[in-house]
Amino acid sequence: MKYLDEYRDPAAAVRLLDEIRRVSTRCWTLMEVCGGQTHSLLRHGIAAELEGTVELIHGPGCPVCVTDQADIDFACQLAKRSDVIVTSFGDMLRVPGSQGSLLEARARGGEVKIVYSPLDAVELARRHPEKQVVFFAVGFETTAPATALAVMQAAQDQLANFSLIVSHVRVQPAMESLVESPEHRVQAFLAAGHVCTVMGYESYDQFVERYQLPVVVTGFEPLDLLEGILACVRQLEAGETRLENCYSRAVQLAGNQSAQDLVQEVYQIADCRWRGFGFIPSGGLSLQEKWQQFDARVRFPDCGLPVIANSECRSYEVMTGQIKPPECPRFGKQCTPETPLGAPMVSSEGACAAYYRYAGV
Amino acid sequence: MCLGIPGQLVRWIEREGVFSQAEIEFDGVRRVVHMACVTEAEVGDYILVHAGIAINRIDEREAQRIFETLAEWGDDEGWHGTPPDGGGDRP
Amino acid sequence: MENQQQNMTGSWQLNCPVSIPAETDCVTLAHGEGGRLSRKLIQERIISALKNEFLETADDAARLPRLEGPLALTTDSFVVSPLFFPGGDIGSLAIYGTVNDLAVNGARPLWLTLSLILEEGFPLVVLDRVLLSLAEAARSTAVKIVAGDTKVVPRGAADGLFINTAGAGELIEPVPPGPAFLKEGDELVVSGPIGQHGMAVLAAREQLQFDPLPQSDCGSLLNSVTQLRERIGDRICCLRDATRGGVAAVLQEWAESSGLTLSIDERAIPVTSGVRGMSELLGLDPLHIANEGTMLIAVREGAGQEAVSVLQSLSETADARVIGSVKTRGLVPVTVKRTLGPEQPLHDPLGSPLPRIC
Repeated sequence: MKYLDEYRDPAAAVRLLDEIRRVSTRCWTLMEVCGGQTHSLLRHGIAAELEGTVELIHGPGCPVCVTDQADIDFACQLAKRSDVIVTSFGDMLRVPGSQGSLLEARARGGEVKIVYSPLDAVELARRHPEKQVVFFAVGFETTAPATALAVMQAAQDQLANFSLIVSHVRVQPAMESLVESPEHRVQAFLAAGHVCTVMGYESYDQFVERYQLPVVVTGFEPLDLLEGILACVRQLEAGETRLENCYSRAVQLAGNQSAQDLVQEVYQIADCRWRGFGFIPSGGLSLQEKWQQFDARVRFPDCGLPVIANSECRSYEVMTGQIKPPECPRFGKQCTPETPLGAPMVSSEGACAAYYRYAGV
Repeated sequence: MCLGIPGQLVRWIEREGVFSQAEIEFDGVRRVVHMACVTEAEVGDYILVHAGIAINRIDEREAQRIFETLAEWGDDEGWHGTPPDGGGDRP
Repeated sequence: MENQQQNMTGSWQLNCPVSIPAETDCVTLAHGEGGRLSRKLIQERIISALKNEFLETADDAARLPRLEGPLALTTDSFVVSPLFFPGGDIGSLAIYGTVNDLAVNGARPLWLTLSLILEEGFPLVVLDRVLLSLAEAARSTAVKIVAGDTKVVPRGAADGLFINTAGAGELIEPVPPGPAFLKEGDELVVSGPIGQHGMAVLAAREQLQFDPLPQSDCGSLLNSVTQLRERIGDRICCLRDATRGGVAAVLQEWAESSGLTLSIDERAIPVTSGVRGMSELLGLDPLHIANEGTMLIAVREGAGQEAVSVLQSLSETADARVIGSVKTRGLVPVTVKRTLGPEQPLHDPLGSPLPRIC
């Protein structure tokens, strides 16, 4: 496939890898922000090849993993109602809340459907006027334009049976929260490429300035990741801290204005609870007042559950690189991939899940 | 949340307004994609698609950059340049 | 029983202005209760579709001729949703699945049993379509359905139609020794493009709105297994149709049985362009996606290419490839070479693959 295969060329990857090894005089610690990048780094063997040259701390991960358990519980609660179809992306269905996952809710008789696009959930609502269709809107800024468009489509079609559980999270406040921690060990960031496709990367100027850390906008294919890593290492070796864009085929400085307009039309910035991180000021999005009729929490006020917080999870320390997963007292005991307490155990690419899988092999 | 895949714009279905749509091909399968954010794209362009909506047009010029850099480095490590047009594109 | 039922129906009709049609157009609980409707269903729809000398006696057990070699016996239940998908349906699946299980285990498939579990309200025309497809699949693989059973469960207790088939066949020597006898250096061959069945069913079931819909590989492996065994029979170690969990699950099982590491090269694995496009778009790995007419074969060192040429000479396995080999046990049981380095672990699939967006 064009724009995928050539960026997976093994020979070119080896060439970039050699260059990274050539320019680094010591082992640098980088964080890739997006779970999609983590997935690719592991899948294509890049993380393993770089061992000893670059330490990669897997960042906040994917938004699916950081989705607050209270939101998952709410979705499961709605799925129990016979008049409701809960829809979401496939990877969201497996993530457990405090009382099971949406897949388990489906097993117990709830109607839960996978959709590829939030717009497909709107289509489902149109076809099922007798049901309430709820879309569980998770995702970083990359996904927010799609769910905003879904809300606008539902309004245009005057659908009274479509609503959202808004669980969108914003990347930059989480990065700030990480580097505010005095113990963090991150020396440079690979910024999440597709978040920047939508949002642009101007806003990282202040971040770089304030925290004196290089930020390199990076894509997801092997050559993209290696190029981003090389750019970070070069800056670190030269003692520079700059903002760079290594994903220019998909990211422009100001991002995609039409996509930002969609998001601004529908959402507003809100404080948000991240699984494993806790409360992050301005860490998420919520529906604006004028779109409230599409808020599932407004439509189903009786379905909320008391929040059961997992204060035992030390994923914040794992993500800031203070402890390795096996150093957590819950690791492998109360907390396993089947019964995860926090984000890095939820996702199969999460640091804790990866350690769990290979421990003892 | 970041699975964004490039596909080729085959046909515009509706080009006006926020609910504009086009048919995009991903290596043999086609799907209708919402185009509200990439209205300037033309048939034949490669479009980055996430969760059913287009989020950008691939900049063909910029896409060459890494291969030009690699070409400048030379192929002394055994690498022989594969420019983007040569890689896996189907007629 | 039959009289009682007719009487009850008759007396009820006297008091009721609504007449019961003599022929209902869907399955009712009465179809499963052993009376006239049961017999009618079995005789006029099932036996007439599948007819052979064993079924015509309509006894409760089939009496089968003596075989020379030992017997292989297998059973499988089929619960696919939707019942019809691009490239196949539950009927052909129920035959090919069991035939393939016998074939890859070294047997010549001969006789199958067929159990239908029908949900009340299931349209009879749809049942006819399934039976037609089932009969055609049985004919094409020269197996006979020699015994069967039909049950009807109340609405909601099943999803339309469930099928169980059991199959018996005669083991043909030399029987491949099996994965416990894998050796370092053995070569791994896949018989065709992977992931087609799982993708076809996923796209159809979740209405993912792809066009064209990917086609299932649902089909018989009997011919390709037979040809392969005739040509290089003594050098085949094991064969397996890569159904649920895909090629990855078979590799994991073989690695476990043998205590060795199985190593494959992603770039050597055939994938159709539709499956490739869908996999990228949905974030799925074709190695984890189910097949229903594609197998993995382990042959002794040096026989890989020969196995591939045998398979490639047949239209149904024209895309066969050598995809890897068996190595000494390393850190992980199954490794895949994708872009860099050979030592990336290939995970066992966790549950059914779900499309992801991150």
